[in-house]
Amino acid sequence: MSKFVGVTELPPDPLFGLKARYNADSRSDKVDLGIGAYRDNNGKPWILPAVKQAEQKLITSHDYNHEYLSISGFEPFFNAAAKVILGGDSLAIAEKRVVSQQSLSGTGALHLAGVFIKQFYNGNHTIYLSQPTWANHKQIFEYIGFKVASYPYWDNETKSLDLKGYLAAIEDAAPGSIFVLHACAHNPTGLDPNEAQWDQILKALEKKQHLVLFDSAYQGFASGDLNKDAHAIRHAINNRIITSPIVICQSFAKNCGMYGERVGAIHIIATSQPNDALNRAIKSQLNRIIRSELSNPPAYGSKIVAKILSDPQLYAQWEQDLITMSSRIHQMRAALRGKLEELGTPGTWDHITSQTGMFSFTGLNKEMVDRLEQVHGVYMVSSGRASVAGLNEGNVDRVAKAIDEVVRYHSKSKL
Amino acid sequence: MYRTQLAKQVSTKRILLKQFSTTSQLSSWNDIPLAPPDKILGITEAFKEDKNTKKINLGVGAYRDNQGKPIIFPSVKQAETKLLQTETEKEYTPINGSKTFQNIVKNFIFNNSNKDANGKQLIEDGRIVTAQTISGTGSLRVIADFLNRFYSSKKILVPQPTWANHVAVFADAGLTPEYYAYYDKSKNDLDYANLKKSLAEQPEGSIVLLHACCHNPTGMDLTPEQQDEVLQIVQDKKFFPLVDMAYQGFGSGIPYEDIGFIRKLTALANSNKIPSFALCQSFAKNMGLYGERTGSISIITSSGEASKAVESQLKKLIRPMYSSPPIHGSKIVETIFQDEALLQSWLSDLNQVVGRLNTIRQTLYDRLDKTNYNWDHLLKQKGMFVYTGLSSEQVIRLRNEFSVYATEDGRFSISGINDNNVEYLANAINEVIKK
Repeated sequence: MSKFVGVTELPPDPLFGLKARYNADSRSDKVDLGIGAYRDNNGKPWILPAVKQAEQKLITSHDYNHEYLSISGFEPFFNAAAKVILGGDSLAIAEKRVVSQQSLSGTGALHLAGVFIKQFYNGNHTIYLSQPTWANHKQIFEYIGFKVASYPYWDNETKSLDLKGYLAAIEDAAPGSIFVLHACAHNPTGLDPNEAQWDQILKALEKKQHLVLFDSAYQGFASGDLNKDAHAIRHAINNRIITSPIVICQSFAKNCGMYGERVGAIHIIATSQPNDALNRAIKSQLNRIIRSELSNPPAYGSKIVAKILSDPQLYAQWEQDLITMSSRIHQMRAALRGKLEELGTPGTWDHITSQTGMFSFTGLNKEMVDRLEQVHGVYMVSSGRASVAGLNEGNVDRVAKAIDEVVRYHSKSKL
Repeated sequence: MYRTQLAKQVSTKRILLKQFSTTSQLSSWNDIPLAPPDKILGITEAFKEDKNTKKINLGVGAYRDNQGKPIIFPSVKQAETKLLQTETEKEYTPINGSKTFQNIVKNFIFNNSNKDANGKQLIEDGRIVTAQTISGTGSLRVIADFLNRFYSSKKILVPQPTWANHVAVFADAGLTPEYYAYYDKSKNDLDYANLKKSLAEQPEGSIVLLHACCHNPTGMDLTPEQQDEVLQIVQDKKFFPLVDMAYQGFGSGIPYEDIGFIRKLTALANSNKIPSFALCQSFAKNMGLYGERTGSISIITSSGEASKAVESQLKKLIRPMYSSPPIHGSKIVETIFQDEALLQSWLSDLNQVVGRLNTIRQTLYDRLDKTNYNWDHLLKQKGMFVYTGLSSEQVIRLRNEFSVYATEDGRFSISGINDNNVEYLANAINEVIKK
């Protein structure tokens, strides 16, 4: 391929690469704490009962087909999705200030948000990401051509929020910059600001008129309660804390277990006052972008989620399923911490239970993570992020012992 | 004019907002003009509004049965029922999609299910990189992005006319589309002499888009001999061929027989006369999976070593756009291809669909007034469309006077025609072509 220049072989994506190494490992007692997908207590993937029921209803309904959705996606889906994240009583919905579109799950929503902001936002085109953040955030925005910077978030010494550093970064950024906030269950740290801290953070963002981009990938996973987990977003909007533009990227990958079906939405609140003409223009531009990238989004997953959101019985089942998932993860956090304390593993382990969502930011360093994988067949991301969903009653002992061994092995490192 | 007014409205409101804003002097958004609506979608909207009970929609490129209704292929329905019973997870596929799906596509298309020794050799040599994509558009987008980054020329030659979205997709990804002659509307035939001439004039190393079969919108394909001549120009000019195959099976009713052009390319790739090319493919039309967004991009490389690099770069492009493709459609494809009985029933479903389109094409032809107008091109065209050759004035008259909705280029989607409306349609056309 002589006419191709610079096509060099790249290392695999860290998360997908981890999964590939795990799959290739022949040890029967290997443990996958890598990618963020829920596992039941037998370590098996889980299709939510609400989803199974919705699928049954969907494919047997008389009007089921595989026709193209409109470019915006499935309207009953994205309108209901807006209510899930913004609340049924949302001020922004009542004032018709929300432009919603279906997306290829969370990544697709972030990409679409980025392309739109790049073309039409006239603030400062620097995107601020939390330090640390989800591995893909940086690439998503750099791919579109943004300058990416970071704001302090996790204090490794205290294993808690670096609020001071966070607020200082907001203050120091040029007015009208773009801040990406994790709406809840921060990935990878599992550490969220409390309500008072959110209030401070949002007011600081407002003061500098930064564009606020909420990434909501884990609604319902932090507390088990969809409403509680939407606190930051609803506080910003309903109490009119933020008047600068708000963009919300929403995924049903985790909370509905729709992972590979790619179901998500983008919601843009462009102004703090109603502006129908502007919103129509925004929608038309989003459509133009989507049309030349993928024509229209995938139908099946959005129809399932729409069914769940529109049928009270299925909705109740879904809320129950969320509790099933979040409470099992909660139990595993307690079990892991308990075992480590029992073993007297050097360091403190209370952060494992204070963190929320699917992950624990263990504090293990890269060398320890490498040894976990090589010696013990326990796989996690090199940052020390462990997917707690990968733990179960059958493997938590083994994982605790493995962590204990690697921590003692690298005894010089501080925890 | 309407558009300009709206754009003005937008900016006026924005200025008002700025004045009322007490928190900041910042205006957050640049002027956001109203983007033009998608043409085909606009037609569907207008069609919905129309109260005439005899109205006909010839805009949409999706199959309708003889009652004018969308269908689910019976084989697809069976596969879905099976899937619902057996599916135990909805996990992410790898970035480039399910490996099983990739292998099915490779074997089905390039190996042509053991009918193409050259394709088989390419697969064995590791020279084909396949990734699952967001149907046809997604595959075009990914390859355009890839070529923009790594190919030596940005120029992409597309037939005049071509599918309306081709140019938008390529331009959006940073390529520079330019037309080559393809069809002469005044003769309702291929503009073959100019096609060759306009390709031969282009700079060496350009990218050239070729439709594998059932050219959209004209339905007019190159003969095998003409394909050979065009592929000779491709070799002489060292073009990079990008092949779009959206309608495999709609030409002959048999998918294995619609890929003569691909077989020519696999032979040329195997002998390294055209060392690499790319194929965009989808199951949207031939399996009726439209909205499930099921398709693929395949890049034929010069060596197995090159394939590894190409695959890693494809993943790098896809990961920040949408991470991984949707699974429902690809699982249906897998279910069908892994069950011989289902596979046979799909082939028969497709054959029936194409059969109906061909029958109704003939019926329409039979009823058209040929005294002052030659309609023979209708029978030469293949696929889901007839490219009537009607002028935009005539198409607008059809819409306004007869509630017959089609795009202004005179492309009719045949699937909108059935036994109940073909007479009405033929009469309407006969009326607008009267001298």
